[in-house]
Amino acid sequence: MIRLVLRDVRLAVRAGGGFGLGLAFFLIVTVLVPFGVGPEGAVLTRIAPGILWVGALLACLLSLDRMFALDWEDGSLDLLATAPVPLEGVVAAKALAHWLTTGLPLVVAAPLFGLLLNLSGPGYVWLVVSLALGTPALSVIGAFGAALTVGLKRGGLLLSLLVLPLYVPTLIFGAEAVRRGAEGLSVETPLLMLAGITAGTLAVLPFAAAAALRVNLR
Amino acid sequence: MSIWRYANPAKFMATTERLVPALSWLAAVALAVGLVWGFFFTPDDYRQGSTVKIIYLHVPAALIAINAWFMMLAASLIWLIRRHHVSALAAKAAAPVGVTMTLIALVTGAVWGQPMWGTWWAWDPRLTSFLILFLFYLGYMALWSAIEDPDTAADLTSVLCLVGSVFAVLSRYAVNFWNQGLHQGASLSLDAEENVADVFYLPLLVAIGGFVLLFIALVLQRTRTEIRARRLHALRLRERMA
Repeated sequence: MIRLVLRDVRLAVRAGGGFGLGLAFFLIVTVLVPFGVGPEGAVLTRIAPGILWVGALLACLLSLDRMFALDWEDGSLDLLATAPVPLEGVVAAKALAHWLTTGLPLVVAAPLFGLLLNLSGPGYVWLVVSLALGTPALSVIGAFGAALTVGLKRGGLLLSLLVLPLYVPTLIFGAEAVRRGAEGLSVETPLLMLAGITAGTLAVLPFAAAAALRVNLR
Repeated sequence: MSIWRYANPAKFMATTERLVPALSWLAAVALAVGLVWGFFFTPDDYRQGSTVKIIYLHVPAALIAINAWFMMLAASLIWLIRRHHVSALAAKAAAPVGVTMTLIALVTGAVWGQPMWGTWWAWDPRLTSFLILFLFYLGYMALWSAIEDPDTAADLTSVLCLVGSVFAVLSRYAVNFWNQGLHQGASLSLDAEENVADVFYLPLLVAIGGFVLLFIALVLQRTRTEIRARRLHALRLRERMA
């Protein structure tokens, strides 16, 4: 499984396109927002937590359809399904690789984008913490969506229609944690809920995704 | 005698052929009685005026919208566990009805909210959850129509329905946490204190009964259509083979 993670990370980094694209997309969203709402500092401070979380979420979505599609096309997914590693493990490994190549860079780069949006002082810590806690859930939920749509010709659009509603709870608690942190309130409740969602999805969704993959490979 | 008898499509078709017209008539009568009674023979509310009467459409539609998803969940589970095709088709047939009911609830709510709350839309937990439910229905239906092989489609949509149910409930609580409500509490509950006043209560019950009957009749009819469509497809394939 570790080899599978390394293989996917290596593919993402070397093949180009996937890796870094999410980050660039995040940057563009962050740059576009002030053009839309105006450069006023106070307004940006108020909406920064939400915009940063929505941006991170969309950046995650961007590379989801590649998670299984490439392996599906060249047939390596069939080999992975018959490998001694359980398919649930394959899904978890692929989700982890997806997180390492999109989620983790987002977490690291987010404070910089927070700076662009005039995020207030204590918000930076909680932005990093909430993204670090929440983005694994985004990757796993995305893996489920990608597994559902892997066999489809133009699955990308359908994938976002399926996955975005599932992102709602994560987004609410994540953005709420940053907002409360930025205003100096207690962030305990939303962070705990966010961690709960991540733990729950990590435990359950690989099984659902593997079931969907098995149906698609039938 | 068990309910599984109706998993046989032929048996299902034979029974529902007689059942659907009866249910449809019952639904029409109940809806006519409930709505006419509600619209014309109940007093205006002293604060809301005549706008209160939209309750006879809004509440039953919202009730069906949620319960249609639960029905789909049950049907999906039956399909995944026992592989009865009728069950998978019933889940497929219920989705468009459910999404229509969700839309009716949202639209009637907006129409009522405009004069009462002074706004067509507010990001209130109940309203928001319904919008999310609407998106879930759309995704479910889109997945059904995107996959060609019927068994694969049934399997994948069933898995989506299971996962979606968990997330729908989760979203409901998340949304509650996120914003305070403008929407009033339950209109109907076993706790009589919370109920709407008696004059509105009885016609509302009749209207709900009408909506439930209408839902069952529509789902059965749509399931029959799906079964026929599948039979047609099989016949066409056989013709091409011969």
